[in-house]
Amino acid sequence: MTALVRLRPSVPPKRPGRVAILGAPNSGKTTLFNALTGHRAKAGNYPGVTVDRREGDLQRRFGADDVRLIDLPGVYSLQPQSEDETVAVQVLAGGFGEAPPDGVVVVVDSTTIERGLPLLAEAAGLGLPVCVALTMIDELKARHGEIDPKELEEELGVPVVGVVGNRGLGIDDLGTLVSSSWDWTPSPGLLHGAEAKTPEDRFGWASDVLGACRRQAPEPNRWTRRLDRFLLHPAIGSAVFLAFVAFFFQAIFTWATPAMDFLSGLMDGLADRVLATLPDTALTRLLADGVIRGVGAVIVFLPQIVLLFTVILFLEACGYMARAAFVVDRVMGWVGLEGRCFIALLSSYACAVPGIMATRTIPSPRDRLTTILVAPFATCSARLPVYILLIAAFIPADPVFGPFTWQGLTLTGLYFLGTGAALLSAAVFKRGLLRGATLPFYLELPPYRLPRPSDIALGVWDRAKLFLRRAGTIILAASVVLWFLLNLPRRPADPQLSVTENQRTVLEGSYAASAGRLLEPVFAPMDFDWRINVGLVASQAAREVMVATLAQIYAHEGEDGEGLGLLLAGSGEGGAPPLLSRPSALALLVYFAFAMQCMSTLAVIRRETGGWRWPAFTFAYMNGLAWLSAWLTFVLASAAGA
Amino acid sequence: MDRTLADVADASDERLLEIAEVTGTGADSRRLREIGFCAGAPIRFVRRAPLGDPAMYELRGALLSLRRSEARRIRVHRVAE
Repeated sequence: MTALVRLRPSVPPKRPGRVAILGAPNSGKTTLFNALTGHRAKAGNYPGVTVDRREGDLQRRFGADDVRLIDLPGVYSLQPQSEDETVAVQVLAGGFGEAPPDGVVVVVDSTTIERGLPLLAEAAGLGLPVCVALTMIDELKARHGEIDPKELEEELGVPVVGVVGNRGLGIDDLGTLVSSSWDWTPSPGLLHGAEAKTPEDRFGWASDVLGACRRQAPEPNRWTRRLDRFLLHPAIGSAVFLAFVAFFFQAIFTWATPAMDFLSGLMDGLADRVLATLPDTALTRLLADGVIRGVGAVIVFLPQIVLLFTVILFLEACGYMARAAFVVDRVMGWVGLEGRCFIALLSSYACAVPGIMATRTIPSPRDRLTTILVAPFATCSARLPVYILLIAAFIPADPVFGPFTWQGLTLTGLYFLGTGAALLSAAVFKRGLLRGATLPFYLELPPYRLPRPSDIALGVWDRAKLFLRRAGTIILAASVVLWFLLNLPRRPADPQLSVTENQRTVLEGSYAASAGRLLEPVFAPMDFDWRINVGLVASQAAREVMVATLAQIYAHEGEDGEGLGLLLAGSGEGGAPPLLSRPSALALLVYFAFAMQCMSTLAVIRRETGGWRWPAFTFAYMNGLAWLSAWLTFVLASAAGA
Repeated sequence: MDRTLADVADASDERLLEIAEVTGTGADSRRLREIGFCAGAPIRFVRRAPLGDPAMYELRGALLSLRRSEARRIRVHRVAE
């Protein structure tokens, strides 16, 4: 095999050595990476693809101050089929405008060692220097298994270090090894494995190697067996799963709320203070209403995202997430998806942004894209303020049956509407647009393990940063643009009028108002007037902006949701005519359930799919569906005399 | 008499088996073989999901889950323990 005689690229003296960390999912790769880098990593994306990129410097205490570690995506094999594998192979071969790494640490879970060795053979076949980190040595011993790293080292001809990543054992040895020179000669045995062409040959080679090492295979993991008997029991398992979903919703909606309220209050307070202290110029208002409130609209979701990823990463690390996917897989299979898509969809009920970010655990690119395209239908928390305003104003609070009222049923109905739209579109996409050969479904169920808090904290921190960077830049730009649309062209303030009335005059003559009037023919079939249309334009930045914009348009003091509702429904004290009929209000609710009105989501879809094609498609099909459904609702509601 | 992993799951048969063959060609079968479902590997059915599908198997010390559609492609025969 020519790859074996290929020379290593010469390393210029000043360039830091680069070492890649390669291993199967759940092999303990990330814990090892975190321990070697001292929990300092740079997270990002590989250009043009959606795979996470993590790099970090090896801690200096190991003896070298210029070793860069690359945490490759978890892979089973180097025969690229999924995007993760393609990236891993490209990095190892020297892709993305970078030289190939100077060496590869192959991470092998010692409790399932025969599954990890084939990957070592493949890595050795690339002609790069390799060494082996045997993880979970403590678990192997606890289950009465045994392997001597020294024996394995002799068999392979390359260094083998036993480590317990989450307790720091063996990390020093591995760190020193990685900092040293990489002049190892693979044994003829390893070279033989590297030449294997089929998986059968590689697994056969692995058993030969292990046979020569007098290795003792571990006993079955008793704790995992016991817990599975309970957590995957036909009846109890389903109940536990439902409890898990309920817990998830509780976390999203109840526990994150105080922090979210605090942050939005903080940003509003800051904006008000800026308005009160600085001279009242257009620049001040841009700073307060455009920039500060714009940033506020983004960071208000941060508590939810942090909480969401803490729960997701914890359950993933302890082993339940794979079980949840196992339990729900059949249901997801009905619409052509698989169990892992469920977690991403569930997260989208908080916010589609982390939901779309969570699709990275889905190995099949087709399933992943489908999940990304339908996730924005999930009833995210930004829709709630709009739902609450309209339901309170237009739906009677009369009881229907027992404790259920029309208002409650409407809200529940809107949740079902979003869920149904997501599942139906997924089924349509999988049968039509995204049909084709798929990877076979397989799911590894790792043993239950106690996760290391610092690993989870680091994972949450990485994702929070990504969210702020991705959504933050777009939202900020959008809210500044929106501010200009709502406030330009400028006109001198009339001293005869109050501040609010002046604001209304500016707004009525603004570019946004022109856009609203321009949109009148589009939304005329639902009887939305230009003011509602301005709200729809403004809500493109974020759905909940609808409420504040309507309040501004109707110049209602205090932006009080309830007062605004009365104004909309026309039951205000002044006997003003309703600004929205009930069929129109119902149509507006349905429109919000389906429409794609979120810049951050579009920005994240662009980042995750690597281009504008899919966000443009999402925008078009969701808004098309929203318009049609809203119109249908209007026609039906008018006919029913609602 | 060869059976497939899907039959084993239906019968909830937890005895030790050996993979005889992964049928089918191309990327699908290669992927199953790469994750360890290759001829000669000992395998055991562990349990089915609460809703009946997929099923969990023990293979080379790990727990792996396959849907019935994939399990049908893996032919197995019983070995003496």
